[in-house]
Amino acid sequence: MAKISLNINGKKHEVDVDPKTPVLWVLRDHLDLVGTKYGCGMAQCGACTIILEGSAVRSCVMPVSAVANKKITTIEGISENGDHPVQKAWLEHDVPQCGYCQAGQIMTAVALLEKNPKPSDEEIETAMNGNICRCGTYLRIKAAVKTASNA
Amino acid sequence: MKVSALAGGGMLLTFSWAEGFTPPSGDASALAEEWSELNSYIKIKANGVVTLMAPNPEFGSNVKTTLPMMLADELDVDWKNVIVEQADFYPERFARQFTGGSQSVRQAWKPLRTAGATARQMLVNAAAETWSVPANEITTSAGELLHKSSGKKAGYGEMASKAATMSVPKDVPLKKINDFKIIGTSKKNVEGHGIVTGKPLFGMDYKQEGMLIAMIVHPPAFGKKVKSVNDSAAKSMPGIKDVFVIKTLADDYERNGFDTTTFTELVVVAGNSTWEVMNAKKALKVEWENIVDSNIVVEGRGGKETVKIPAGLESTQGHNARMLEMSKKTANVLRKDGDPEKAFQSAAKVLERTYTAPYLAHNTMEPVNCFANVTADKAEIYGPTQAPEFISRTLSARLGLPKEKIHIKLARMGGGFGLRAYCHHMVEAAVISQKLSAPVKLVYTREDDMTYGIYRPTYTATYKAALDKDNNLIAFHVRGGGIPEHAVHANRFPAGAVDNYLAEGWALESNITIGAFRAPRSNFIAGAEQSFLDELAELAGKDPIAFRLELLERAKTKPVGTNNDYDADRYAGVLKLVREKSKWSETQPNVHRGVSAYFCHNTYVAEVLDLEVKKNTPVINKVFAAVDCGIVVNPDSAANMSEGGIIDGIGNALFGELTFVDGVPQKSNFHQYRLIRQKEAPKAIEVHFVQNEHDPTGLGEPLFPPVFGALANALYKATGKRYYNQPFAKDFQLTPSRM
Repeated sequence: MAKISLNINGKKHEVDVDPKTPVLWVLRDHLDLVGTKYGCGMAQCGACTIILEGSAVRSCVMPVSAVANKKITTIEGISENGDHPVQKAWLEHDVPQCGYCQAGQIMTAVALLEKNPKPSDEEIETAMNGNICRCGTYLRIKAAVKTASNA
Repeated sequence: MKVSALAGGGMLLTFSWAEGFTPPSGDASALAEEWSELNSYIKIKANGVVTLMAPNPEFGSNVKTTLPMMLADELDVDWKNVIVEQADFYPERFARQFTGGSQSVRQAWKPLRTAGATARQMLVNAAAETWSVPANEITTSAGELLHKSSGKKAGYGEMASKAATMSVPKDVPLKKINDFKIIGTSKKNVEGHGIVTGKPLFGMDYKQEGMLIAMIVHPPAFGKKVKSVNDSAAKSMPGIKDVFVIKTLADDYERNGFDTTTFTELVVVAGNSTWEVMNAKKALKVEWENIVDSNIVVEGRGGKETVKIPAGLESTQGHNARMLEMSKKTANVLRKDGDPEKAFQSAAKVLERTYTAPYLAHNTMEPVNCFANVTADKAEIYGPTQAPEFISRTLSARLGLPKEKIHIKLARMGGGFGLRAYCHHMVEAAVISQKLSAPVKLVYTREDDMTYGIYRPTYTATYKAALDKDNNLIAFHVRGGGIPEHAVHANRFPAGAVDNYLAEGWALESNITIGAFRAPRSNFIAGAEQSFLDELAELAGKDPIAFRLELLERAKTKPVGTNNDYDADRYAGVLKLVREKSKWSETQPNVHRGVSAYFCHNTYVAEVLDLEVKKNTPVINKVFAAVDCGIVVNPDSAANMSEGGIIDGIGNALFGELTFVDGVPQKSNFHQYRLIRQKEAPKAIEVHFVQNEHDPTGLGEPLFPPVFGALANALYKATGKRYYNQPFAKDFQLTPSRM
């Protein structure tokens, strides 16, 4: 066990956990931030995507010791009231079916648009290709990213 | 319809299709005072806010939005003033709390509209009594009551408490289709905001004070069971509370068809946090041994049945060899018209082709999980389930608690696809909680989930057809089999369109468990049949759509047999619509088109798929779908579901496969089990709904099966090679597109 300081959604947290614990489980079990989802535990599906220092990363394979004091944003932290342009675009296109993968999809999209505010269709497809949606909402995801990029 | 007095003096109206059910007692005392409950589905506040109950569990087909729309329309309220609440499992109050089989909208259509219309009439009657005017002079609009000649007006909220005490009118007329205000308009997912902001909506997200995390270790192979457990290392690891073995169902327990038989003996690790339990799980040393032949009794649709669970460690190679051998033998005759044997002998041309498909895992994005808190006198269960009623008897029997002491709350599901009709996880979580005397959340890893069974079965079908010298179809023969079931629907098209017809089916036993998977059986047989018809049309020198329409015309004007389970006109209707919308007769350079049409789950679908080959990879430009599901209740949501069915179908057709070696599933996570991703999805999908006034049917499944055929037929056009064996990408050197 080790005490680790975390900077999540602009707030400081201190946790006392096994330093190898993936960030995903620290968020979900210790900090009650359950918007970040468990899907595969091996960085294959993207359900656990968070933004670390501006880049989309897979929290399920990222040990908490590696992110001490680094700036982390989760789905709960991208806006106060669900009014981030990406969230608004998701609602406009009524993207979700089951909804389980969507937080990860949204976080990947947010990170993409921060780096590339006007991505082409191909750039959107490439950026979003690591996030699986078993319900098959891919076209709406792409349309929503496009809408958000024009917001 | 039954009425019973509420503790608060109001009346309670419930709709049940079950005969002789017991009315609830004393259950409404929890209702806050300011709400007036007009029936199980509807309560109204004095300020006019309306709460509608969503009876069915939500797995992504949007029933939580669409079903309450039916209530709201007949109740005649403004959708903006509606709050939708997920109902708990409560069979005495809600009919059919089951999501699956594409039946939610279809089966709710009359009962939910009746609930809405009846409540509206009670409000009207309350106003009539208050104002001393005839009820039939009162009109309603968007939550307001109006008596025109006297100018009297009131909001529903003002009349709600009185209405709740009125007697329940019978046979209240429902709206005419032209009068719908909400049905037929697109309403957004009522949980959209919660989803995009990461709210704890799913079973996996649930937490309760003092809750432990539990995980299971199940046998690594079908045909194995626990022999011994060495838990000394695991037990002493940080955060671990206990390690033990549970038996979820007694071997002689009379199961229903949804009590899975997969692994009833499991090793359990329980502790404080997910990561600690995951680590301890890895430290367990479990010895496994082979099972012996056994029999279980299953209460199925056809009554009680003894099912053999054979011993043995099965492999895909062996399965395929046995299936090939079986497909050459005659099997159970499911339907026979005319004299197929004679017709084949007199044929000018005969075509015979065999199709196969592997086992598939559901791979819902949310792995299996469930919360349970079982105490001496009651059980609280919260988790993903499509079918709480299928598991309540088993929970009751296993826990030794009466059904009414078992409270099942319905979590939003991170996908279902049939998997969550099998609620072994609820029994497991409850047994673990009972054993630990603590609230517990059971969590499966992705690997536990993918290797647990309840798969889509592996299937094969051999088709044989005869054409006469004028290229008319004179005989048709399908012989289908699988492990442990076949996928032949003997009375579906083209049965009824051919004079000489034979359908046969066979099945082999296995200890690998199977379950409903999005459009069971249709999910294989549609693609096989529609590929075969495409090849047959080619042999006949006919356009594939014209060929199908010719057969449907025959089925309509001079049907063979009386048991054909489709409407030839509606079937032809979707083919004609997709032909028009896709501009079928126009071709584009390098674009290869395939068509397919199928009827299942009460809905007719035709699809045209366009693809190009770029860098040796098929790129799907567009899929056109024509759908006849009757009245479309929530059009944009219906389009979303349709798009999803198509994309999911393409993914499973290209990549879906689970194989076995010595009982061990050869894939356990997404690095091995390929699911369709953004880049592989079609670039566009157009869904066109047939406009008619038929009662609505469902959409969760019907778009899925035919796309296997449309894709196979387009791939043939692109490559000159027919695709007989799923997954197609195995035969087609697709470039991996993963990041």
